[in-house]
Amino acid sequence: MYLNKFKLIDHGIHGFLFLCVSVTFVTTGTVVWILGQESFVFFQSINLFDFLLGTRWEPLLDPKSFGVLPLVCGTLMIVVGAIIVAVPAGILIAAYLNEFCSPKLSSIIKPVIEILAGIPTIVYGYFALTFITPAFKMLFPDMGVFNALSAGIVVGIMILPMISSLCDDAFRAVPSDIREGAYALGATPYEVITQVIMPAAKSRIAASIVLAVSRAIGETMAVTLAAGATPRMTFNPLESIQTITAYIVQVSLGDTPRGGIEYQTCFAVGALLFFMTLIMNMIGNHFLHSKTVGK
Amino acid sequence: MVEARYRKQRFFLVLCRSVTFAAVLVLSILIIHILLEGVSYLRWDFFTNFPSRFPHKAGLKSALYGSAWVISMTALFSVPLGVASALYLEEYAPKKRYINWVQINILNLAGTPSIVYGLLGLAIFVRFFGLDRSLWSGSLTLTLLILPVIIISSQEAIRAVPDSIRHAAYSVGARKFQVAFGQVLPAALPGIMTGLILAISRAVGETAPLIMIGALSYVAFVPEGPWDSFTSLPIQIYNWAGRPQAAFHGIAGAGIIVLLVFLFVMNFGAVMVRQRFQRYRN
Repeated sequence: MYLNKFKLIDHGIHGFLFLCVSVTFVTTGTVVWILGQESFVFFQSINLFDFLLGTRWEPLLDPKSFGVLPLVCGTLMIVVGAIIVAVPAGILIAAYLNEFCSPKLSSIIKPVIEILAGIPTIVYGYFALTFITPAFKMLFPDMGVFNALSAGIVVGIMILPMISSLCDDAFRAVPSDIREGAYALGATPYEVITQVIMPAAKSRIAASIVLAVSRAIGETMAVTLAAGATPRMTFNPLESIQTITAYIVQVSLGDTPRGGIEYQTCFAVGALLFFMTLIMNMIGNHFLHSKTVGK
Repeated sequence: MVEARYRKQRFFLVLCRSVTFAAVLVLSILIIHILLEGVSYLRWDFFTNFPSRFPHKAGLKSALYGSAWVISMTALFSVPLGVASALYLEEYAPKKRYINWVQINILNLAGTPSIVYGLLGLAIFVRFFGLDRSLWSGSLTLTLLILPVIIISSQEAIRAVPDSIRHAAYSVGARKFQVAFGQVLPAALPGIMTGLILAISRAVGETAPLIMIGALSYVAFVPEGPWDSFTSLPIQIYNWAGRPQAAFHGIAGAGIIVLLVFLFVMNFGAVMVRQRFQRYRN
C-alpha cells in the first residue's frame, strides 16, 4: 500500500518531467511548420529558382524583385570579416592560455575574454557605429556611415570568445603524454602547438569555426545598426549592405499586414537562415562531440 | 638551425601574447568609449522620464519597467521548465536512442538564431494565439529562446553530482523522486543557479525577437499587467542609436551603461554563487 502510493508519485513525476522536455521538440516542430507553411505560400507566387538565383532584392518597391542573392552576399561579407578577425585570434589566444601563461594569469584572462561573449549584440552595433566606423573613416574618407567592414569586425569580436574557449577545451583535451613526448624530444612550444596539439585537435578546431560561422550568420542587431539596409551584390566592404537578418528586422519595424507578400518574404528568408544555421550546427556539434585523436 | 627554431618560438610567443592582450584591450576600449559617450547623460531625470523627441528630456522609465516585467515573466516560465527538463534528461530518461535525438535537438535549438525565435513568436503567440504585442508574447518568446541554454547548463550541474550520493540515497530505500528532488537537485543547485543567472542575463540583452513580435520603441506609459504592450531597455537603445543626431547617441550610450551595469552585477552574482557554494564541478 505504502509502496504503491510512492510508485504512483514516481510515475506521475516522470510523466510531468517528460511533458517539460516535450516543449523543446514541440518548439522545433513548430518552427519548421511555421517557416515551411509561410514559405510554401510565398513560393506559390514566386519561382524558387528566381528566389535562390536572382540578383535583385527589392520586395518593398515596385517593380518588385525577389532574388535573395544580395542578402546572402551581405551575410557572407559579414561572415568573412568576422572569421578573418576571430579565427586566427581565437586560436592564438587558446594557444597562449594553454602553453605559455601561468594558471594564475589564465584564470584572470579567461573570464575577461568571456565578458566579450556576454555583452549584448546591440552594444556591439553601437560600438561599430560610433567608434569603429569613425576611426576607419580617417583611413578611408569615402567610407559610408553604414558599412560591412565595421559590422564584420564587431561580429568577429563577438564570436572570438566562442572560438577561443572551444579551442582552449580542444587543446586541453589532447592527452598530455603526446604533448610531453614532443617536449622530451626537444620540441619548442611553437612546434608542439603547430605540429602536435593542433593536428590532434583539428576536428574540434574545425567544429568551433563552424559553430562560430553559424553564430555570425544569425547575428542580427549589430549588423542591423552598423551595416545598413541596402541589399546589393557587392564585395566592397566599405559600402552599405544588408544581411538576411537585418532585412527581417527592417520589415518588422514597418507595418506588416498579415498575409502580405512582405510578411511572407520574412518567413521565406527566415527559412533559408534556419536551414543554413541548422546544417552548420549539426556538423559543428557532431565534430565537437567526436573523440579527440589519441584518446 | 637551432637559432632559427628559437627565433620562430620567440616570435610566436610575442604574437600570442599581443593578440591576447589586444582582446583585453578591445574590451577596455569598448567600455571606456561607452562611458565617455554616455556618462554625461546619466542624470536622475533619465530614469524617471519617458522617451521623448528631445534628447535632453528623453528617459528610460518605460523601458526599465518593460524590461523588469518581461524578464520576471520570462524567468517565471523558463526556470521551472528548464530545470525540470534537465532533471528528466539526467535522472529519469531511459537510455534509449530517441533521448539522443532529444539531446541533439536541444543543442541545435541553442544555436538557432534569435531572430528565428522572433518569427516563431510573431506567428504563434502574436497571431495564432492572439496575444498581440503584449508582455505575454514577449516573455513566452524569450522563454523558448533561453530554455535550451538553461537545460544544457542545468544538465551539466546535475551531471557533476557524484553518483555516490545517488547510491547512498537508494541504499537507504529512497524512491527515484526522493533521490532526484531530495538529494541530486539540492546538491546541483549552486551550479544550476549560475547557469540560470547567465541565461537570464542573455534574455535581458535580447533585442531582435522583441522587435519581431512588435515591442514598441515609443511607449509613454508603464505596463500595469501582462496584457499591456511594452518596450525594453535594448529596444530603446536601438531606437536612440539608430538616429542621426549626436545627442541621441549620447543617451543611447547612457542607456547602454545602465544595461551593462545591470549585466555586470548579475554576472558578478553568478561568479559569487559559484565560488561560495559550488561543491561539485565537472
